[in-house]
Amino acid sequence: MTPTTSAADTAPKTYAWEIRATGLKVRAGRRKLAVDGLDLALGTGAHGLLGPNGAGKTTLIRSLATVLRPAEGELELCGTPMSASGDLRALRRRIGYLPQEFGYYKRFTVREFVEYMAWLKEVPKADIPAAVQRAVERVGLADRADHRMKTLSGGMVRRAGIAQAIVNDPTLLLLDEPTAGLDPAQRLRFRELLQELGRDTCVVVSTHLVEDVAAACSDVVLFAKGRLVFQGTPQDLAAAGRPEHPGDSPLERGYSALLQGSGRQGGVW
Amino acid sequence: MSGEHASMRLIDDYARGDTTMAADVLWALESHLETCAPCRSRLATSVATEAPDIASLVATVRAELEPQLDAAVPAPSWRRRFGRVPAWLAPVVAPWLAMTLSITLLALLLAVAAPPMHLGGAPLVVLIAPVLPLCAVAASWSPALDPAHELTASTARAGLPLLLRRATAALAVVVPVLLVGGWLTGAMTAAQWLLPSLAFTSTALALGSVIGVTRAAVALVAAWVVVAAPAWLAGAFPSALHPDHLPAWGLLLALGTGAVIARRNTYSTQ
Repeated sequence: MTPTTSAADTAPKTYAWEIRATGLKVRAGRRKLAVDGLDLALGTGAHGLLGPNGAGKTTLIRSLATVLRPAEGELELCGTPMSASGDLRALRRRIGYLPQEFGYYKRFTVREFVEYMAWLKEVPKADIPAAVQRAVERVGLADRADHRMKTLSGGMVRRAGIAQAIVNDPTLLLLDEPTAGLDPAQRLRFRELLQELGRDTCVVVSTHLVEDVAAACSDVVLFAKGRLVFQGTPQDLAAAGRPEHPGDSPLERGYSALLQGSGRQGGVW
Repeated sequence: MSGEHASMRLIDDYARGDTTMAADVLWALESHLETCAPCRSRLATSVATEAPDIASLVATVRAELEPQLDAAVPAPSWRRRFGRVPAWLAPVVAPWLAMTLSITLLALLLAVAAPPMHLGGAPLVVLIAPVLPLCAVAASWSPALDPAHELTASTARAGLPLLLRRATAALAVVVPVLLVGGWLTGAMTAAQWLLPSLAFTSTALALGSVIGVTRAAVALVAAWVVVAAPAWLAGAFPSALHPDHLPAWGLLLALGTGAVIARRNTYSTQ
């Protein structure tokens, strides 16, 4: 079989960063600015998005997934500016998104669900069966592909969610809490997949598990109260911590040191 | 080899499994066979004449496997047999459509069983027919009813095209039932409700680009009840559905459609 490449696959990249945000403000609900003046530039690689609860991670991911439009500031995704009335179709074909609260159709089988998502993402009709099989195999669900979604365990549903996110071979992959509900063995497998994807994709993984970031991400973005606190490698994050800072590992100490230093750690919890 | 194809001698040697063929020749021949259908068909005839024992072995295996292969064809699932149903209908909207249809049927039954004079002049179905298609459309695009709405919202097809597909599917189910029911029971004629119902639907889609389709539908249904219910309760036919008002409904339909087209890009995000 000859590999199918489209013009979009071989076209040269005309942008420097997959994600470029300048002074980005995004509203959660009517009033609250969950992302409040964010400057960020992310390229190819696996980026861990860390931050305390309520930092605005989910709102940021949703705006990166083009579900929410920015209230103010600029956001450029794969070279396409998110303007007030632009057509997002071409951009959305290149995005993979796994939401935190991820709903699915219980009566669909895994294959039907991923096929339906591939159809929604405008994967060419002839490529859908192969793309679906590949995505399902990559998340290790091949033996369950023809089982209904409602018969799956929580971890398997999560993996089906990852499969639908990667079915269109996205340039920009956004995963919101993908490791929630995965058992330790699955998490290890997921980290491998993440490293593999990070080679040619811009992956943004929102998580509160510092060890996931250390193991699988090339880059850490620390985010609190809607603003960027720190961006660097996991080693930089570890280096920021001192023994007196709370935490069980160097990364956790670095995390709490940076949050304390920014004065953005809300409450005693 | 002659020109672009393998020679017959080479293919015959290959078919016999000739062990004296050089490895590089063998490799070149196999890679050519992979991409050349004419040479493969020559190889197939060559196997039959040059290596009859292999041909008969293959035939035996095929004959024995055939019944098993026939039996092993997986039964296609409901969705596969009917093709791409979800492409038009929202995947979970079936129960809601069923509910809409049963409301219609109930209203029609009432119109037949209880003559209008006992129910206040006009049959109930006249009151609900203009807004029923609207409800079905709203149900097929409601974030609250679609569990995968968040996923759908970030995909390339999200936005007006998918909304229109689902609206069309919902209308294709509800409108014929209302038409046939109205015609069978004689409770109403299509002229009375079809244009208003389409006008309501297009207005809901237009308003939906500002406040969301579900909220727009609720607002329109409430407005319709306020306008039509008093007349219906008083035993009169709602005057808004009088044929004299059809141009107004037509204008509303045109305005709604125009607004939907003008705001087509705003449907793709929340």
